[in-house]
Amino acid sequence: MNKTIITVVGKDAVGIIAKVCTYLSNNQINVEDISQTIVQGYFNMMMIVDTGNASIPFGDMARDLEQIGQEIGVHIKCQREEIFEKMHRI
Amino acid sequence: MINILEVNETNKMIEQEMLDVRTITLGISLLDCCDTDLDRLNTRIYEKICRTAKDLVRVGKEIELEYGIPIVNKRISVTPIALVGGQACHSPEDFVTIAQTLDRAAKEVGVNFLGGYSALVSKGMTKAERDLILSIPQAMASTERICSSVNIGSTKTGINMDAVKLMGEIVLKTAEATKDQNSLGCAKLVIFCNAPDDNPFMAGAFHGVTEGDAVINVGVSGPGVVKHALEAVRGKNFEVLCETVKKTAFKVTRMGQLVALEASERLGIPFGIVDLSLAPTPSVGDSVAEILEEMGLESVGAPGTTAALALLNDQVKKGGVMASSFVGGLSGAFIPVSEDQGMIDAVNRGALTIEKLEAMTSVCSVGLDMIAIPGKTPATTIAGIIADEAAIGMINQKTTAVRLIPVIGKDVGDVVEFGGLLGYAPVQPVNKFSCADFINRGGRIPAPIHSFKN
Repeated sequence: MNKTIITVVGKDAVGIIAKVCTYLSNNQINVEDISQTIVQGYFNMMMIVDTGNASIPFGDMARDLEQIGQEIGVHIKCQREEIFEKMHRI
Repeated sequence: MINILEVNETNKMIEQEMLDVRTITLGISLLDCCDTDLDRLNTRIYEKICRTAKDLVRVGKEIELEYGIPIVNKRISVTPIALVGGQACHSPEDFVTIAQTLDRAAKEVGVNFLGGYSALVSKGMTKAERDLILSIPQAMASTERICSSVNIGSTKTGINMDAVKLMGEIVLKTAEATKDQNSLGCAKLVIFCNAPDDNPFMAGAFHGVTEGDAVINVGVSGPGVVKHALEAVRGKNFEVLCETVKKTAFKVTRMGQLVALEASERLGIPFGIVDLSLAPTPSVGDSVAEILEEMGLESVGAPGTTAALALLNDQVKKGGVMASSFVGGLSGAFIPVSEDQGMIDAVNRGALTIEKLEAMTSVCSVGLDMIAIPGKTPATTIAGIIADEAAIGMINQKTTAVRLIPVIGKDVGDVVEFGGLLGYAPVQPVNKFSCADFINRGGRIPAPIHSFKN
């Protein structure tokens, strides 16, 4: 299991989740959990995805998603789950 | 499972509070490069560093990308060169060729600093060690990325006052040799008492002889994160204050531990230690001084500063120790002047003097760090400052260090720019009374007694 956290932050717009999910499904990346909030008018989404069977390397995924984010005017970031796990769990 | 609030907290630390891993430092033993022929020695050193560190920068960048955490510096420390070059070098000039080889190797593998142009002379000095020390001014002037350090005392051995006197002169000569660059050579020269073998931070990093063939040490940072956490507990009592620092230090260190283990695994090099230091940079919001001011001081340097720093240092250690399997290096809060905007401001407003900084060094890691002083300061006065600092380290069984920059041609009131992470500093006044007769006595100060602690 290679879990990655994808965060999307920015102004809410139609189709943000759809675009990200389409990209993930095209690259064999499974979405395990999605949660979202609106903080001070800003869309704030977190996805936990499994990249164990992904058809592309991590670096490419991170760059592509950043690119998609720029197209729709949001900030998309990919990080391996361990950084959060280590920091917030003993 | 990780929730969105935790993810947001971590990313806020990274994006807004300047949390980063300050350095991944690869320690490399050069003892197996020793040779009687200088050319062969230089070749072997170059090859060993290039071979061992070839993937360091690439792996650092990979980890940065995958975890979304900036790793500011990738660096190398090597065995103290006085030990490596002893057989082949017969003059200070011979040692300079090694410094130049190290510089070439550092550029080849893409690291920004390489530490270990060092001598450990806490009790006595061999000819090789003396030659290396004498070569420091020329070595610093003819290289870009090499850092030098000299250990002149320890709790176990006392203080080598001959070496202290010599280092006072060497600091001035290094300043003179690099006067075209605001005496920048002195920013890469540290004089230690109780130098640790596994410190990943420059300029004092070297790979001690007690270490293995190669090791990964990581230095974390994060003064901005601590400052921000303290903003939420303004006016609360010391118990709350301490708990807050401790929890924050835990989180910051956990991240360092993760990066250290990842780097170690990917490079196939054993993990050594995480250094729990709060290392400031000249950027606003990345300052140790601001933490102390957030605790309730009008300006760092005010009465209460030493207590605030002692508290901060201790809580950082308490939080960090549980977060990492191995802690080492300098571990504590750094209080450089030129690298910390809050310290610079305090000096400029007249709140912070060298004497107060000296008091602060008795409770924090390291010592008098990145302080610009007038270029006309006598060598014996610099030696006196080194001796004072070493005495604090020797008696209190802690590491202390001195990195003073006597800026040639500059005096009190001038401001000196060093560039990049080294920042800028106002030239600070030094006590004008002489200690020459004290320094010129020569010999050693004996090791202190370990009982009757008063």
